Formats: sequence, C-alpha cells, structure tokens
Amino acid sequence: MGKKIQLGTKILSANEEYAQQNSKLLRKKGKYCLNMISSPGSGKTTILTRTITDLKGRLKIGVIEGDIQTQLDAERIRATEAPAVQINTNGSCHLSAAQVSSALAQLPLADIDLVIVENVGNLVCPSAFELGEDGKVVVLSVAEGDDKPAKYPAIFSKSKVLLINKIDLLPSGAVDFNIEKVKSDARRLNKDIQIFCASAKTGQGMEGWYDWLIKTVNKTG
Amino acid sequence: MHETMVAKNLLDSIAAEAAKQRAKPIIARISCGTFNAVNDEVLKFAFDAIAKGTLCEGMKLQIEHKTIQGKCSSCGRQFDFDLTKPACRHCGCDKFDLLPDPPLLLEEIEFEGNPETE
Repeated sequence: MGKKIQLGTKILSANEEYAQQNSKLLRKKGKYCLNMISSPGSGKTTILTRTITDLKGRLKIGVIEGDIQTQLDAERIRATEAPAVQINTNGSCHLSAAQVSSALAQLPLADIDLVIVENVGNLVCPSAFELGEDGKVVVLSVAEGDDKPAKYPAIFSKSKVLLINKIDLLPSGAVDFNIEKVKSDARRLNKDIQIFCASAKTGQGMEGWYDWLIKTVNKTG
Repeated sequence: MHETMVAKNLLDSIAAEAAKQRAKPIIARISCGTFNAVNDEVLKFAFDAIAKGTLCEGMKLQIEHKTIQGKCSSCGRQFDFDLTKPACRHCGCDKFDLLPDPPLLLEEIEFEGNPETE
C-alpha cells in the first residue's frame, strides 16, 4: 500500500507571493492599481489613451502593457505622454505577478497616481492570476455579444468594474446586444459590480468611468 | 492555455514533496472551484509533457471540480449556483449571495509502496 500525504496547498502560491509583494509596494507608495481584462479587440488601449488624455491635470496614469508580441500598445500610450512599460509574454496567454513586478520597477511611480495594467487580450486565463492589483476592470465591447457574462463568469464575478464599450455601434442596429441582459447577468454574478456604458471612440458615456476612477484613486492617496 | 502554468507549479510542488518523502509519487489529487476554469484534458496533457524524464513521469492526476455555492437570503441554505437558473434550489428565492469560489488546491499525493530508497 502506497503512502498518502494530505496537503491542501495552493497550486498557484508562487504567483500569489509575487502578487502580495506588488500589492505591498503599491500600498507603501500610495498608488492605486487596476488590472484591465477583456477579449482581444474590445478597445482596452483606446479606452486608456482617451482616459489619459481627458484626465490630464486631474489624474496621473502609468500603464503596464501586456501583449504576446510587439511594442505597439506601449507606443500608443507613450504618444499621450504617459509612461508605459511593455511586457511581451512570447506566447503566454496572461500576465504573471512576477512580470508585473519587474515592470513596476521600470515605471516612474513617484509621478503616477494610478497604475493600469492592460492584460493580454483573453477573457479566461488572466482572471486566474492575481497581479497585486486593487481591482479588476472587465471590458466588453458590444460586438462580442451579450452572452459573455454567462459564458465567462469568472472574470465578471471578480471585477470591480464592467465597462461596456463601443456603444456607438448600437443605434445602427448592426449588432444585436441587449445591455439590460448583460447588466442583469453581471449583477447576478457580482452584485457590487459598477457598470459603465461608453464609447471610447466618441467619448460618449466616459464621464461615469472618469468620476469612478477619480473618486476611487483619491480614496487611496 | 493557463493550464501550462498550473501544470508547472503543480509539478514543482509535487517534486518538492517527493524529495522530502524520498518516494516516487503516483497519484495527485487536486481540487478547484468553478471559476478556476481548469480543463482536465489540457491540464493532464500539459502535466504529462513537462513531467517526462522527471520523478513524476507517468503520474495520474485526479481533479475534483467544486461548484460555486449560492447562499439564499430567505431560507439561508446553500445550493449549487447555476447562472441559467439563478435562484435558490430549495425555496426558489432569487435573492442570494455567491460564496467565494474554492481555490485551486493540491489536496493529496499518493506515493509508490516500495520506495527505492528503502
């Protein structure tokens, strides 16, 4: 008869240790940190560039960009004059807390109020890896369909904010997307979730998101 | 796809325990909540691939999925949460809280009966 040992240990504890270190560093420096997660192409980078530009003088934002390949997104962020560090995961479908730890060391934290990590475009894997953030923001664009909270419940249940993007596409009738259904499904998974409906392209509805950001970050600082 | 990272962490944990026990591990039991989104086949495939040539080669993984629980605000009882039928299984009330999703855990390792070291 073989010997059995009972453990009950967390399998992802190595990642969690890095996440705790990141969280400790951010807290010590009084910086708020958000982890932004969505499918590829939902408009995360456009949301960031618009937010940085519109909040200039009110909120200093630094960005950590996660992508499998290229510097494209960090270049878009730097064009707004905000600091950005690009992480290339070279195939991995999510950011790890260790990667964020080295990126944080490269950001000029003294000149930043809010760090936003734009995770690799993927609605599944990033939700399983804590990075040391204060909260997650899930972005869902209307072209992706209104069944996403039901199909990918983990990220909706774990996020502080749901930002429904590209609502400028709705009036044309080109996409079928029931906003009320998405709101009610998301709230069933997470009754505290803050929901904003916006278009980062036109700027419509972005004020609610900005007010939330300013209020939330100022509470920390 | 994140199963590859889970498999690597799992292999490291099992190898560390095997070194302590000085025995060859044959079965690992793990458990995870609904929202860990672990696909059994993918995890087993990834684990087999990275375990090749190590003490863990040929190990079996047994994976238990724990359904996330709702707690009814009316009758107070717990039930398996299902988004397509979001109501208490016992009394039908649609006011409830979701309890925390169980984490991904390495529950138990079983080792070979006759360790080579004995």
